[in-house]
Amino acid sequence: MTQTRNLIDENGRRTDGRTTDELREIKITVGVVKNADGSAFIEFGKNKIVAAVYGPREVHPKHMALPDRCVLRCRYHMSPFSTDTRKNPAPSRREIEISKVMREALEPALMLEDYPRAAIDVFVEVLQADGGSRCAGITAASIALADAGINMRDIVASCAAGKVDEKIVLDINDTEDKEGGADMPVAYMPHLEQVTLLQLDGILNHEQFNECVDKAIKGCEIVYEIQRQALMQKYFGNETELKEEQ
Amino acid sequence: MGMQEIKRKFVVPGDRITEGNVRPSMNVIKLGNAIIATRIGIAEAGRDGIKVIPLSGVYIPRVNDIVIGKITDHSSLSWEVDINSCFSGHLPAQDVFGRDFSPARDDMGRQLAIGDLITARIIVFDRTRDPMLTIQDKDLGKIPRGEFLKISATRVPRLIGKRGSMIQTIEQATQTRVLIGQNGIVVVTGRNPEGIKLAVRAIRMVEEEAHTSNLTQRVKVLLNVPDTITTTPQPTEGGTSVTQIEKGQKVEELQSNIQDVEEEIEEELEKGEKL
Repeated sequence: MTQTRNLIDENGRRTDGRTTDELREIKITVGVVKNADGSAFIEFGKNKIVAAVYGPREVHPKHMALPDRCVLRCRYHMSPFSTDTRKNPAPSRREIEISKVMREALEPALMLEDYPRAAIDVFVEVLQADGGSRCAGITAASIALADAGINMRDIVASCAAGKVDEKIVLDINDTEDKEGGADMPVAYMPHLEQVTLLQLDGILNHEQFNECVDKAIKGCEIVYEIQRQALMQKYFGNETELKEEQ
Repeated sequence: MGMQEIKRKFVVPGDRITEGNVRPSMNVIKLGNAIIATRIGIAEAGRDGIKVIPLSGVYIPRVNDIVIGKITDHSSLSWEVDINSCFSGHLPAQDVFGRDFSPARDDMGRQLAIGDLITARIIVFDRTRDPMLTIQDKDLGKIPRGEFLKISATRVPRLIGKRGSMIQTIEQATQTRVLIGQNGIVVVTGRNPEGIKLAVRAIRMVEEEAHTSNLTQRVKVLLNVPDTITTTPQPTEGGTSVTQIEKGQKVEELQSNIQDVEEEIEEELEKGEKL
């Protein structure tokens, strides 16, 4: 990838005014889809994503069911109006790939063996995309799964890091993704301290790679705090602190 | 850390509840030395270890649960029952007709037709096969009429209340009879349509505001029940003297607060006592 302009100015600010260690603003609302068993809406910078979880429910077609555990089905989809030029609503190669990595990022956190012969469906719909939508999607989906009351070992938080102007920066946005040096989405379980997703698009040397992973994990930890607050807010409202003090 | 030291605590999946030599119970896992929550809910120390009372989730059958189900189909040997879960219930024909059931002689549709509602008990369920039901018990069997509604299965203990207090309040105030299945299906019957409507409203209110305190009081306001203490206050040291000195709203508030907290602790144990 060739860079056409400077993405970090002389003050160390990025194209959207952030520092290298700063995340975009994140807002999560839990329980937005009434008919779903669990749901969440995330605004991750300019990304706007709805995640809905259905299940555990009966598997159709029945032959897909597994005798010893639950099947997890994920669908990542971008609305036609989510990008600058209209996106064909048919699932693209990219969306199929993201659906798959998303499933694999969420699976380690779920206790699928608790629901044999059943299915859990996760739908992630991107309403507005601005880079890092797979991370935001995983973050929202994991909250939706917790909201659906599915047994989980941990919550999955996700955040990207990357290389821009030879500097490792946190939370790559759309411009930086397209014009920058590298993009590394990471999903992480903060309590278990395990990485469930690590992709890399671009070239990093050994040191940069390590720095990038560390930075992304730090980002995930920040994302986790926001996820936790959003869940607490829905279920315990303002009583949260009061009861915890007791 | 001993089990007694664990206070009731709000948790989300992944939260470390406690550490040390304690037993894991419902909705928790033991990882190394730590007890970790796997659901959103309230963590507490119960008789059989540390558990989390979940606040969300679909119904997963358990043996001896009393459920309300709808007949969806039947083969020549059993009925299939929708029990509001990812597993459908099976009611063997022999359970209804007796040991000498013969598919050739007995007409299954005559006993239970598709669409009928039944109260049933889960007799066998190990997750490898669909749960098996029985209707051979007191108060089980076909439900002839009533208003059908679904609530979240996690709200059932709250709807029943401590020793059935919540549901008794609703039944008495609306002159109805409310059947509650552990699977979250509720059937309201009664002579007066207005009473049924009011009971449904109250049940919906309990469902929506289940996690808030002082709920019994607000249900009473909705149902226009005079503000009297129906349950006798439990004599506790210090508590009784306060009750005797102060009378009126304040005492009631205090009592209902205590009651609510106790309700939540014990509601798990009270499960299934109704019906």
